[in-house]
Amino acid sequence: MTSPILTARSGLARRLYGPAGWLAILVAVLVAFLLFPVLNLAVAPESPFHISAYWVTLIGKIMCYAMVAIAMDLIWGYAGILSLGHGLFFALGGYAMGMYLMRQIGRDGQYQSDMPDFMVFLDWKEFPLAWWNSDQFWWCALLVVAVPGLLAYAFGFFAFRSRVKGVYFSIITQALTYAAMLLFFRNNTGFGGNNGFTDFKRILGTPITTPETRMVLFAVTAAVLIGTLLLARTIVTSKLGRILTAIRDAEQRVMFCGYNPVHYKLFIWVVSAMICGLAGALYVPQVGIINPGEMSPANSIEIAIWVAVGGRGTLVGAVLGAFLVNGGKSFLTQQFPEYWFYFLGLIFILSTLFLPNGVVGLVKSWRKK
Amino acid sequence: MSAAAMHAPGQSGSGDASLGHVATGTLDATHGVVLYLEDISVSFDGFKALNKLSLAIDVGELRCVIGPNGAGKTTMMDVITGKTRPDEGTVFFGQTIDLTRLTEPEIAHAGIGRKFQKPTIFEHHSVFENLELSMKADKRVRKTLFAKLSSEEGDRIAEMLDRIRLADSAGREAGLLSHGQKQWLEIGMLLMQEPKLLLLDEPVAGMSDDETERTAELFLTLAGKHSLVVVEHDMAFIGKIARKVTVLHEGSVLAEGPLAQVQEDPRVIEVYLGR
Ligand SMILES: Nc1ncnc2c1ncn2[C@@H]1O[C@H](COP(=O)(O)OP(=O)(O)OP(=O)(O)O)[C@@H](O)[C@H]1O
Ligand SMILES: [Mg+2]
Repeated sequence: MTSPILTARSGLARRLYGPAGWLAILVAVLVAFLLFPVLNLAVAPESPFHISAYWVTLIGKIMCYAMVAIAMDLIWGYAGILSLGHGLFFALGGYAMGMYLMRQIGRDGQYQSDMPDFMVFLDWKEFPLAWWNSDQFWWCALLVVAVPGLLAYAFGFFAFRSRVKGVYFSIITQALTYAAMLLFFRNNTGFGGNNGFTDFKRILGTPITTPETRMVLFAVTAAVLIGTLLLARTIVTSKLGRILTAIRDAEQRVMFCGYNPVHYKLFIWVVSAMICGLAGALYVPQVGIINPGEMSPANSIEIAIWVAVGGRGTLVGAVLGAFLVNGGKSFLTQQFPEYWFYFLGLIFILSTLFLPNGVVGLVKSWRKK
Repeated sequence: MSAAAMHAPGQSGSGDASLGHVATGTLDATHGVVLYLEDISVSFDGFKALNKLSLAIDVGELRCVIGPNGAGKTTMMDVITGKTRPDEGTVFFGQTIDLTRLTEPEIAHAGIGRKFQKPTIFEHHSVFENLELSMKADKRVRKTLFAKLSSEEGDRIAEMLDRIRLADSAGREAGLLSHGQKQWLEIGMLLMQEPKLLLLDEPVAGMSDDETERTAELFLTLAGKHSLVVVEHDMAFIGKIARKVTVLHEGSVLAEGPLAQVQEDPRVIEVYLGR
């Protein structure tokens, strides 16, 4: 057999990551599981090397965003489907975890009732049906992925089967998250209205605001983020991943090859939604609040901007974009809070004009030179 | 062909004979007819692109379809492959498979492959991957997630690369190929599907004379094993491969028969010269 074929074939059985990739992951593991815990918990606050709680929470939060960005890249970068409603799946995961955290408050709320304060305030005598079993961690953990997954399945089934595509699909997802936001704003929906859930006290029985709990949540988030990245990478390097990009580039040809694109889109759409749910569930205990604002259309658009800035269809670009944009955001909102949205718009315009393939694309083109 | 035989041998973990999401039945061509169109009509906003079109293709036949621009040749292929639903008429694949009831992927599974008028390949995949994706295999989501390329499958791809003369470009991005090479790649992709019937819409457009020559040779070797329907404007090419020719005009068959006979038909001459 001729050698180009052999190289092509070995190129096909793509490794998950090359040595450089694994090295980067190893560094991330050391930073997350060694450097941060030691510098935050063991080094005295006076020391210049101390990492403050502010940074732990900020990085923990951005890692959740990075998971959402990976989810977005799977569906947008690889399958070519731009969702402008991913904030909804994130928020649903957050609400599912939030329900459990509300139950964990127990009688330590203002009204010292078994029911969450907002329910006492509304004079409700018993829990709504959606709160069934919500004092069980395992049940809420299941809801965290099941609710976004099922909603995505139902929505995707109809949208993909009716061949809704391109900008129409994006607009419908945007409308979906907007409608959900309005629904969650209502007190009667049973999830705390526009205040959402907050004032959490405990998780799994341990106080939630101690430095140790914070660090555990941070480490768990880091582990789940790395796991998500490897899972996503496994998917996109498989034959299934190649079919997804083929659907993005020439859906007609894919169909005439005998693949049913609906099933493939549905698969990656549901996986993507479940990753968002997981990210939302890790976000809420660290940030300490979830409210319908997370479902605002602007939030979902921001997710797409992270991925565009980092570079679509690379996964690592999504992670990078989430860190860059949100790092910039937390810096700028401290300095000039009222200008953030202008900056975001500017970043988006500049990156589409000058970085069509994002930061990762830029680095790649440098390397080629 | 049995349902189980639709899967490539050596497919990872495919012990079960159950065919994925499509149950298309088996091709029954006992009467020697592989494709049968009867009284097909398609209209777009009142304009009749196909008008009571009837056509029968025999097993192993190589049929050329010609006709002026807008005659309905591509629309006919759209109807056969499920892309366009006819307003009236029936399309049968063999004796039993009603193609108007199947989706595009189901029709592909049943054994019909199609080359588009504009070459349609996966531009961002390598040539090798293009062939890998189109290869006959279990095409369900779960199977493709865990699919491993067996060495037999690799060999089949390598053979096809040689056959379409792209062995040196196996690792290249398909979008970088020349127009003629893309046409060949698309033909190679069709053959990887192992279809019973190939529909080829203007396969030699944009090819050099040399490439056109080789395409004619290839099609002649395919006839017999496969049934082919070739749509072309290039009459020199038609002259090389033609046996039976069908002339379409304004959505229906104007003439049918050997090339020489069709070319002398006054109605055909008028249609072509009248333009
Ligand atoms: N989707 C569509 N909507 C409206 N009109 C269409 C559509 N598809 C085809 N037509 C019209 O139907 C007629 C037949 O088109 P078709 O593409 O089948 O012709 P053709 O024989 O393949 O021509 P060519 O040789 O130029 O490829 C044309 O007049 C075309 O404009
Ligand atoms: Mg045409």
